[in-house]
Amino acid sequence: METILNIADLGKTYQSAGRTLTVLHNINFSIAAGSTNAIVGPSGSGKTTLLGLCAGLDRSSAGAVELNGINLGNLTEDQRAQVRNQYVGFIFQNFQLLPTLTALENVMVPLELRNEKNIRARALDLLDKVGLADRGHHYPNQLSGGEQQRVSLARAFSNSPKILFADEPTGNLDAETSEKVVKLLFDLNKEAGTTLVLVTHDLDLAAKTQRIIRIKGGQLIADEKTING
Amino acid sequence: METNPVNYHRKMNIPWLFNMAWRDTRKNRSRLFLFISAIVFGIAALVAIYAFKYNVQNDINGQAATLIGADLSVSGNKPADVHLKKLLDSLGDERSQERSFASMAYFPKSKGTRLVQVRALQGNFPYYGAIETTPEQAGTTFRKGQMAVVDKTLMLQFNAHVGDSIKIGNSLFLITGILNRAPGQAGVVAGIAPVVYIPMQYLEQTGLVKIGSRVNYSFYYKFTKPVNLDKLTKKLDPMLDKAGMRYETIEGRKENTGRNFGDLSRFLSLVGFVALLLGCVGVASAVHIYVREKIASIAIMRCLGVKASEAFLIYLIQIVGIGLIGSVIGAALGTAIQHLLPVVFKDFIPFTISVQISWMAIGQGILLGVIISLLFALLPLISVRNVSPLNTLRLSFDDAVLSRDPLRWLVYLLILLFIVTFTYLQLDSWLGSLFFTLGILGAFIILSGVAWLLMRFTKLLINGSWSYLWRQGFANLYRPNNQTLILMVSIGLSTMFICILFLVQNLLIGQVTLSSSGNQSNMILFDIQNSQKDSVARLTRQQGLPVLQQVPIVTLRIEQINGKTAADLQKDSTIKIPHGVFAYEYRVTFRDSLSDSEKLTDGTWIGKATPGKDIPVSVEENLSHRANLKIGDKIVFNVQGVEMPAYVASIRKVNWGKVQTNFQVVFPTGILEDAPQFQVLLTHVPSNKVSALFQRAIVSSFPNVSIIDLGLVLSVLDELLNKISYVIRFMSAFSIITGVVVLVASVRISKYQRIQESVLLRTLGASRKQIFAITALEYWFLGSLSALTGIVIAFGGTWLLAKYSFEIPYTVNFLPALILFFVISILTVIIGLLNSRGVLNKPPLEILRNNA
Repeated sequence: METILNIADLGKTYQSAGRTLTVLHNINFSIAAGSTNAIVGPSGSGKTTLLGLCAGLDRSSAGAVELNGINLGNLTEDQRAQVRNQYVGFIFQNFQLLPTLTALENVMVPLELRNEKNIRARALDLLDKVGLADRGHHYPNQLSGGEQQRVSLARAFSNSPKILFADEPTGNLDAETSEKVVKLLFDLNKEAGTTLVLVTHDLDLAAKTQRIIRIKGGQLIADEKTING
Repeated sequence: METNPVNYHRKMNIPWLFNMAWRDTRKNRSRLFLFISAIVFGIAALVAIYAFKYNVQNDINGQAATLIGADLSVSGNKPADVHLKKLLDSLGDERSQERSFASMAYFPKSKGTRLVQVRALQGNFPYYGAIETTPEQAGTTFRKGQMAVVDKTLMLQFNAHVGDSIKIGNSLFLITGILNRAPGQAGVVAGIAPVVYIPMQYLEQTGLVKIGSRVNYSFYYKFTKPVNLDKLTKKLDPMLDKAGMRYETIEGRKENTGRNFGDLSRFLSLVGFVALLLGCVGVASAVHIYVREKIASIAIMRCLGVKASEAFLIYLIQIVGIGLIGSVIGAALGTAIQHLLPVVFKDFIPFTISVQISWMAIGQGILLGVIISLLFALLPLISVRNVSPLNTLRLSFDDAVLSRDPLRWLVYLLILLFIVTFTYLQLDSWLGSLFFTLGILGAFIILSGVAWLLMRFTKLLINGSWSYLWRQGFANLYRPNNQTLILMVSIGLSTMFICILFLVQNLLIGQVTLSSSGNQSNMILFDIQNSQKDSVARLTRQQGLPVLQQVPIVTLRIEQINGKTAADLQKDSTIKIPHGVFAYEYRVTFRDSLSDSEKLTDGTWIGKATPGKDIPVSVEENLSHRANLKIGDKIVFNVQGVEMPAYVASIRKVNWGKVQTNFQVVFPTGILEDAPQFQVLLTHVPSNKVSALFQRAIVSSFPNVSIIDLGLVLSVLDELLNKISYVIRFMSAFSIITGVVVLVASVRISKYQRIQESVLLRTLGASRKQIFAITALEYWFLGSLSALTGIVIAFGGTWLLAKYSFEIPYTVNFLPALILFFVISILTVIIGLLNSRGVLNKPPLEILRNNA
């Protein structure tokens, strides 16, 4: 199976009050294309930092991140933005929809950036898939949390990403809504054949993936396949 | 794996950027409107002034002929000799003459007297325009008999009507019309020296024109056949110059008038520019907070693949759009306000002003508005480029801090360059614009410094022993998202400008009233013939009035300085004496001692001349600088045709501010006693009633003697200063309104930030009264400290202006400053409280829902 993401000797340090703070240390793993993966760990373990580095949102202090064969460390921030636009989709715990855009417009943005055709129809199709075809003209603050996360899902899949990063996708949702959103996430992922990397401390959710990478104190402590793997 | 290569060089999708910019303004538009309103009034002021300037320019071009009334005018203050008379009589196809001089007019019906400007006219002048009178035909018919047209202010003052009579010198004239406007005369001038027109054929019998009388001789020409006036005046120039006469053509008047109004409009543009700058402070701070609120959105966009430059452009487009809308609204408002300006300025302008839409002014205003809002918005806007997509994973609003971009120094430089260049375009002086910019910069730095210190000190001062309300109110000054800096700068600057205007006005008026107070002379009698000297003094004493000073005055010219004449000056450009020194007619006196308004700065005072030797004269300091005169320099004076060799024995500093006779040149005794001369007498009248009685007595016995009633001059001057200060106040109103708008905007912005906390306080059980008190305390402290700082800077600025610009003694008047202090402080509290009333009056939950 091909590798979509390769992490080698990855490290991240911050300068804080004159001290060097090591958040991630010597992380190594690869993610196979089309697989579903979970990064789990307690609060402050460095999992969100790891997600940011994998997705090209931040620069590493050591080691390399190779996404779809591209070494992100060699790119400028604008070049990484272009990589994100072409290959990456995102789901956030707090949805991160643009508050001044309608649900439909939020889904359209990645496509508009790529100057694609039939944008509106494709975005409407995606909203239909997440069950919000009739809510396209609503603004984020007019939607419930679950609805906002579904719009976020539609947006994440709109640019047909090769890899989807999800940061605690159910963290702000109640149990019932969480279940629906997770089902939708996995269904869409399966349908599109996208690689999924999700960061969570919800072990039940992690168990739905094929592989769990455990992090503690900035270090990789376990990497195991689940029953789905 | 099949994969598309990454397109690192994706082209910018400009229409999409515009689309995003538009979409992003949703839900913020009312707030954006507040931002643009900050520049609206500044632009309005500038557009109104520019439009006014262009219209005035057009009007000058269209009406210049009526301003001068003839194709060519020649004037001087002595009668033409035979040679010159021949030349003057040969000019033009139609000719008119005018003799004008100051004299007392007496209204027999009301028994009132007043100093007027008599204009004795012969011929059909004006050839262009008219002497505007009521009834209309009076401007022409008065020339046919012993009739006069009298200025309307004079008619009103003495309750005179057409058909009454007026006495000028020894002659009575029938008032045949009311003079509304003399050619080329502004309303204000009429207030100081109201004009009375009489026919020249009756001048002689008034008995007012005698040797030594100060008469202005004017000759007006109309050319019906085409003539090259440029060529003609070039030819005439040396002859007229030699005779001490000036000429003016329509073209020349156009230039002069244009220059005068250029100065006025330049000054007003600066006042407008100040309003605009003040607005820009508001824009900069508003955009700063706006961008800070947008960090989350920018981070999401960056996450989705938007480049840094694209994110920057999205907000740049918004700001330019906002600036454009603000400028267009401002331009529209300015075009409307322009209709008011002719009403405001009517007393200062000697012609009819038209009001037309000036597209040029509108274009300039809009361009200026866009540039300036962009420049000031750039400061916070450049930080957009540095917003990291990582913020999507980590950001909470309170942590959002815009990084300081090194490019901001470039923006600061651009702003400074822009201010210097713009002020240079208004002032036409690099030094002036540099001082203006430094002044503004200094005020900014001081106000920012005080704000910074305030925040530091408050933090240190607050301690647990204070009551909760005081602690909370003061803590608002330094906690995150505070408005201390922006409010200090905007309120402080507005206060400073308003205060300087008040203080300078007070200083100038104070200067005038100071010299008229006490037992100082407040009435001047001049044109007293030598033979009348004693009888006038006697009459004065008989009326119970003191003779404070009686001074002889001799009229003379300078013929040579160190052997050089006016003719040499034309041949040799290296001689450093201005031509005017020779052309000027000096009024000098002779005495044996210095007066109490004089101080010797160089040389020795010689009070008595030695017969047969050169005359030792004393020269006033300014004249010595102007004519480049030093101790020992030789001067040949021409006293009514007699040449008198003299030398500079001393140089004096004269206090011109004192109301008494002061002179540029003082002769020693023993020389001029027998020269043709007239006398000046200074006295003090205790009241208007005594003044009227005394004037009447003098005019009836000595009709040739003129009287300046300083009380009247002061009231006219006061009126003039009031008119000027009205114009300045009208213009500064734009700054004040902008200041209030910036204040409202700043307070509103802080409202969005404070709302959560106030709601939290209310949820925890704080009463409306407590929240009210906390808010009032915070804004009172901010308002009063900003106003105080602004006032202190204004005192400094006024001192500088008094010392270096007006060169008058500086006196402090605390009352207007005190009033201003309370007005500004209370206004700040009111606006602060009005903005917070939503939080006070509604249930906490409702507000939380609305602002979620």
